[in-house]
Amino acid sequence: MQKIIVCIKRVVDYNVRIRVKPDGSGVMLDGVKMSVNPFDEIALEEALRIKERGTNIEVVAVSIGVADTQQQLRTALAMGADRAILVQTDLPVEPLTAAQTFLAVANKENPDLIFLGKQAIDDDANQTGQMLAAIWQRPQATYASKVEISGGKASVTREVDAGLETIEVDLPAVVTVDLRLNEPRYVKLPDIMKAKKKPLEVTSLEALGVSTAVLLKTVKTEPPAQRQKGVMVKDVAELVGVLKKKGLI
Amino acid sequence: MHKVLIVGEHDGKTLNPATAKCVTCAGGIPDVEITIVILGADTAAVAGQAAAVAGVKSVLRVDRPENQHPLAAIFAPQLAALAADYTHIFGPSTSFGKDLMPRVAALLGVPQVSDLMAVEGAYLFKRPTYAGNAIVTVQADPARKLIATVRVASFESAKAGGNAAVESKSLSVALPSHTRYVGAKSGSTDRPDLQTAKRVVSGGRALGSAENFKLLFSLADKIGAAVGASRAAVDAGYAANEMQVGQTGKIISPDIYIAIGISGAIQHLTGIKDARTIVAINKDGEAPIFEVADVGLVGDLFQIVPELERLVSG
Repeated sequence: MQKIIVCIKRVVDYNVRIRVKPDGSGVMLDGVKMSVNPFDEIALEEALRIKERGTNIEVVAVSIGVADTQQQLRTALAMGADRAILVQTDLPVEPLTAAQTFLAVANKENPDLIFLGKQAIDDDANQTGQMLAAIWQRPQATYASKVEISGGKASVTREVDAGLETIEVDLPAVVTVDLRLNEPRYVKLPDIMKAKKKPLEVTSLEALGVSTAVLLKTVKTEPPAQRQKGVMVKDVAELVGVLKKKGLI
Repeated sequence: MHKVLIVGEHDGKTLNPATAKCVTCAGGIPDVEITIVILGADTAAVAGQAAAVAGVKSVLRVDRPENQHPLAAIFAPQLAALAADYTHIFGPSTSFGKDLMPRVAALLGVPQVSDLMAVEGAYLFKRPTYAGNAIVTVQADPARKLIATVRVASFESAKAGGNAAVESKSLSVALPSHTRYVGAKSGSTDRPDLQTAKRVVSGGRALGSAENFKLLFSLADKIGAAVGASRAAVDAGYAANEMQVGQTGKIISPDIYIAIGISGAIQHLTGIKDARTIVAINKDGEAPIFEVADVGLVGDLFQIVPELERLVSG
């Protein structure tokens, strides 16, 4: 094990209340707090723990996005990544394009492992890791809640609908992480200062030879249908009465 | 003519109900012909169940020993090999489909639309983003094959009564050996399956311990309900991961959802808003869960739940 890539996405912070623009052209993003996608933070934490248990393992944080994405990569460097790569673009990036971009980076860097969050909390697509594994022609272990590395293999416990499933994959491999894999560390002030000196390379989709075709067009964005506020009951007897009347119990 | 291939989910014995919901979704596409494909080690029984789903034209069986466990790295190249005959390939938005379908899409070099919640045209769909806070209408390119996962909570099951032709396919596709199934641990239970249950009782952090979750299990057993949990309860170790309901857990649409000691974080609400009736029991009258609940009761769950159990059985 020599190198781990962690893919990071800049997203609207999970505490922000999302509002749809009145003209239906998207969601309001002006002045909204942006953060590292929470699942990607867990992915980075796992990479850092593997690095700390081993020797001479390099962790490289990679992101695709606008120039300000450097902020999220600096956060990744402050958490402990050794260096960062920003593939800078102002275009919206679809999962397939993201996967092709990360593949181009992987082909240059030759990592043993690529960690990603299982989904980004903006588009909720849950695709990029699987797509990357497919075109890299390597194994995928999605929704990881436990990762054990030994002898060129990873044993990964996955959170699936029926419970937990364990698979074994040969390295190099793509692992996407779920919520309960770990609890990411807090960044300390001295680490933020140190992160400023770590290398952050800026490149472009063109330089990596990735085409930016728009394959999926968002034609409208609207708020979800609201549920009507219901009735409050005063005690259990009244609750049971209401439910029986509705034929629900 | 649009030809949709639906990837059937099953456990070797039973077709997962999510598959019949995908059929309903695909049925919304104009001028459509629907095929279900079943991959497995021996799919005779499951293929028979798929053939009985109304609206299905044909069922393909792909039997080989490597298909014993649904590994995306094994299934995806076989589905890519079948893709030529179809305009669309759908799978359910379950952990099975979410793992598998993007791998198929990428092998074919085409995009995927995740979590279809409404079909507006053959290449025009609605899907949720931002934990369900923004619904987008997505237009895909008709010149390309389209891969999609179906948000099963948005669709009713297709009825039984179909009589599709079943055909065995043998595919000469080389399969990788880099991915191996080791084992599974499921909280096997006699209770109804959370994803398809008509009634769900669900608990949050206010339960305070795994021990106290027994209160919910007892109530659930009395009314034949499945048991779910909020992320906070699962993170705290009170409930198993497969019980999590919400943006990153299960998205469900029961007839009745009883939320007990769940405050109602937006990520949780996105998993339950298709429930017909939501009942909220919480000691905090200001909890956001009451904004979406059809029936709300403010009070101490440790008194309310045992009393509720007594009264529903009386």
